[in-house]
Amino acid sequence: MIETENLTRKFGELTAVDNLTLKVEEGEVFGFLGPNAAGKTTTVRMLCGLIAKTSGNARIGDFSVDDPEDCLKIRKMVGLLPGDVGLYDSLSAYTNLDFYGKLYEVSRERREENIKQLLSLLGIWERRDHPVGTFSKGTKQKIAIARALIHDPELLFLDEPTANLDPEASKTVRDFVLDLKKEKRTIFINTHNLSEAEKLCDRIGIIKTHLLTIGSPESLARGLQTRKTVVQLQQVSPKLLASVEKLHAVKDARTVDNQLVLDMDEPERDNPDVVRTIVEAGGRVQYVTELRSTLEDVYLKMIKEAEEQ
Amino acid sequence: MRLWKGWIVATKDFSVVRKNKYILYSIIAMPLIFGIALPLMLSIMLAGAPVNVVMSLLGMLNGFFAVIAAMLPTVIASYSFVGEKVERSLEPLLATPTTDGELLLGKCLAAFLPSMAATYIGAVSFVAVIDAWSYINQGVVMLPNLNLALILGFVAPLACIVSVEANVIVSSRVSDVRAAQQLGGILVLPIVLVLTLGSLFAFMPADLLALVISGVLAIAAVALFYVSKATFRREEILTRWK
Repeated sequence: MIETENLTRKFGELTAVDNLTLKVEEGEVFGFLGPNAAGKTTTVRMLCGLIAKTSGNARIGDFSVDDPEDCLKIRKMVGLLPGDVGLYDSLSAYTNLDFYGKLYEVSRERREENIKQLLSLLGIWERRDHPVGTFSKGTKQKIAIARALIHDPELLFLDEPTANLDPEASKTVRDFVLDLKKEKRTIFINTHNLSEAEKLCDRIGIIKTHLLTIGSPESLARGLQTRKTVVQLQQVSPKLLASVEKLHAVKDARTVDNQLVLDMDEPERDNPDVVRTIVEAGGRVQYVTELRSTLEDVYLKMIKEAEEQ
Repeated sequence: MRLWKGWIVATKDFSVVRKNKYILYSIIAMPLIFGIALPLMLSIMLAGAPVNVVMSLLGMLNGFFAVIAAMLPTVIASYSFVGEKVERSLEPLLATPTTDGELLLGKCLAAFLPSMAATYIGAVSFVAVIDAWSYINQGVVMLPNLNLALILGFVAPLACIVSVEANVIVSSRVSDVRAAQQLGGILVLPIVLVLTLGSLFAFMPADLLALVISGVLAIAAVALFYVSKATFRREEILTRWK
């Protein structure tokens, strides 16, 4: 559905997006993670045909972002939720959606049907004739999502969909995106909310001007190879630590408060031996848990490395 | 260019304008002042004046309808792109399958039609009040005459188009409504100046002057259309407007 090859965008001397190569499959929910000014919005704008690329290639479906005629077709098949909701405050929710439906060339019957369906789904149908300016931020965001969906787009770009929303509104928006995911729509989400990306996305790309890594949230976390065993003890002593360090399976051991944090290649195989050794050395084990690296660990590591380069 | 797309943008702008009291009052005030208050004042001041004096005075006043047509768009058109920017609605609007020409057309129509409607309403009420007064007092119907027809038929619409285009160009280059209005107002000044001087000093027969001004305005309208198309860059608007 989305294919880019060495996609680059420069603003004067500043490179906003550098040699971005990625492929997003149909029906996939792809998350683009990165700090502010990482090039996420610029990428989306290039993919929507809103701004031109400096070099490289990008295609949406069968259409190239280079061709002005194709750009019109791309904009027709794409729904965009920009960073700012950008609704007309003095007009009603219904009028806002109807206006965009007309611009997206949706027939009158389908427009009426879609507006009713979307506003009902988002719980705003009863207030459809109220001016948008009277709604809360969360409700405006919902209307903006409905606007992005008014023409049943094949591909949806969501730029920071839950930014500046309270937790309840964020959850509503996330649940809605999950519903869209069930419909097998292709969704491209820009975010710096890690838990949101983890919950919603099939694959994640971490970007800081250039793409740092890409993969499923699980594979990215696994890729950091920091699975550790944590043994919570009643009391940690140097003798206990020394006895554990003697074990061949333990590559590294350290103590944090009354916890032993152990680095092992195959914890499932070696944990029983570790526990037996601790008990034999007089240790009283309270519980044993696994410490996995999270998407946050991966993200912070990647961004730090990118900043150091 | 699909005209109906421009019309969709224009009808949306009409709805927004209807809800904006500042713009609405500005549009309503002009025809009220020039269409009713001014002729009523004239009818009081000119009571008993000879017909030829009244006619020459009316000849000078006809030009004011072109001035109104040039001035009204400064209020609406300056809101066009800047208004979208203020509402932060430009990005979703530009993301629709609408071309630059269609957007420009919509924005121009949204400023042109209400301005011309207000101008014509003002003109009709002006004619009605003057004719009622002149018929009662002098037994003649003075308006409309050829000069007014030329001004309302050619000069006013062309002045309005030039004003709209100039204001849309300004509006797509600045990011503040007041700045857009001030710059737009300054750009419209030459049009207003030519029309006012022409109607006040009558340095050539009034009907001929109306035709000459129409020709100049028509050339300016075509030139500004190309300038506005060339200067409207959606990318610049998206990336540079803060």
